[in-house]
Amino acid sequence: MNEVDPAHLPRIRDAAAIVGIGQTPFAKSLGRSEPEMAVDAIWAACEDAGLSPRAIDGLVRYDMEQFDEEQVLAALGNPLLRWFCGTPFGGGGSASVVVLAAAAIAAGMADTVLVYRSRARGKASGYGRDPKQGGRYWEKLPESLPGLNQWHVPQGLVSAFQEMAMISMRHRIDHGTTDDQYADVAIAFREHAIRNPAAVMRTPMTRADHHASRMIADPLRLFDCNIETDGAVAMILTSTERARDLRQPPAIVHTGAMAAGSHHIRLSTLFSRPRDEDSAVRVGRQLWQSSGLSPADVDVAFFYDFFTSMVIIALEDYGFCARGEGGPFVENGGLAWPDGRLVCNTNGGQLSEAFIHGFNNTTEAVRQIRGTSTSQVRDCEIALVAGANSDPTGAFLLRRA
Amino acid sequence: MADDARPITRGFPRPAPTRDAAPFYEAAARGELRFQRCSGCGAFRHYPRPTCPSCLSREFSWELSTGRGVIHTWTIVRGPTLPAFEAKLPYNVVDVLLDEGVHFVSEVLDVAPDEIRAGMRVRAVFEPVDEDLVLVKFRRDD
Ligand SMILES: [Zn+2]
Repeated sequence: MNEVDPAHLPRIRDAAAIVGIGQTPFAKSLGRSEPEMAVDAIWAACEDAGLSPRAIDGLVRYDMEQFDEEQVLAALGNPLLRWFCGTPFGGGGSASVVVLAAAAIAAGMADTVLVYRSRARGKASGYGRDPKQGGRYWEKLPESLPGLNQWHVPQGLVSAFQEMAMISMRHRIDHGTTDDQYADVAIAFREHAIRNPAAVMRTPMTRADHHASRMIADPLRLFDCNIETDGAVAMILTSTERARDLRQPPAIVHTGAMAAGSHHIRLSTLFSRPRDEDSAVRVGRQLWQSSGLSPADVDVAFFYDFFTSMVIIALEDYGFCARGEGGPFVENGGLAWPDGRLVCNTNGGQLSEAFIHGFNNTTEAVRQIRGTSTSQVRDCEIALVAGANSDPTGAFLLRRA
Repeated sequence: MADDARPITRGFPRPAPTRDAAPFYEAAARGELRFQRCSGCGAFRHYPRPTCPSCLSREFSWELSTGRGVIHTWTIVRGPTLPAFEAKLPYNVVDVLLDEGVHFVSEVLDVAPDEIRAGMRVRAVFEPVDEDLVLVKFRRDD
């Protein structure tokens, strides 16, 4: 019943690899522009790969990225771009950008593709009235709303975290998910961040600390939410064949997929659709069927951890446990390095490392494949990276050469 | 930058309905809750759109809702939020599953935060924000 028609499976298997990663420092406020941070990260990724920026002939970005193709080209000495695209839906696109880059390389549309994300998203990093000028986007919503947010914002539901609270509450109503289970996710990722010198949040968190953090929108507390930070991340992909001659062990994109069908901005339609058609559920099916792998084959996973509750739901979406069993799955260090049922977000994720729209989870997945994580999973061969599961989304599997 | 100097939207964020959505607000101003209803299969739908997602018919009319339904899910917003809503913190936001089968995001008036429950019966009421805008809210119906 849930089989995907084989004609509709991705055919990008092992065609491309991530060969360079770069990032800026992460902090609550860096006082730098998004383009400035992006260039730093892009340079670092090129250096890591051992490639000149002039070798770049493809580019994928988040639609929300403010540093667009024209600006990037100007900053990189005008490489001769022959393919470029963007992907919408913010965090939903955080893995899709890599899927799109791999698809372009598999199809011969580009040889060397740059993917990046730069965000001045710290609370104090806003410097103007436009949402493009840093800080919290929702604080700068227009006072006149022609889009779908006209149905939520005037009712006082002003931001994604409140929409996610509504989705999370429904999961509790259906399945009895608990505050303790939320804490299990937050604490596991904090422990990972403590071992990661690049992470912003590195003080230990207890269950009592979690429960004492203030309620933001029931059932989500402050420590259930991603942190607000500045920083940029970039990476370079090329063909797996070419990757063998480069500086770093390649992280091969084994398979990847995308799906649209549910979105938190469209709460009223999201709740009307069968959960089985949720974007993330459909992406998962494509991943497993196109690779011949199963969740049991995954050595480390990176879920889009904008909220603890959504990680629990993602475990169900991707088939690591049955619907409703995500809560019990995370108990007793279920996601914690080194002995968890499924070690996840070993950088500390967006809950504790930094909030670079999920892209900092991808760089960490590459480090796991290379064997250089500060919470290194032993014999790590397969890593899953997934975009936000509340959105039209994507995911991919990385594998070691 | 100091917190109080941060650029932030101060006014009430208002719907700016497109032609698709305008009949909803016109009905609300008359004290009516109306949704698009497919002339082909009879399904109600929300948000407004030109096509029925069930049968793809493009024929529809704006039909009265009973305004009665049940809380499907909810949150209590405790802040941060926009300045327009700060005075009423903490406040609830609910997703109501109306008896016609459509979901609608709103607020239940006059119910304390710790009384909100999934499954609570509610009915629509019409709350003027100002002389140009009426929002659909809900009250307990039991
Ligand atoms: Zn119909």
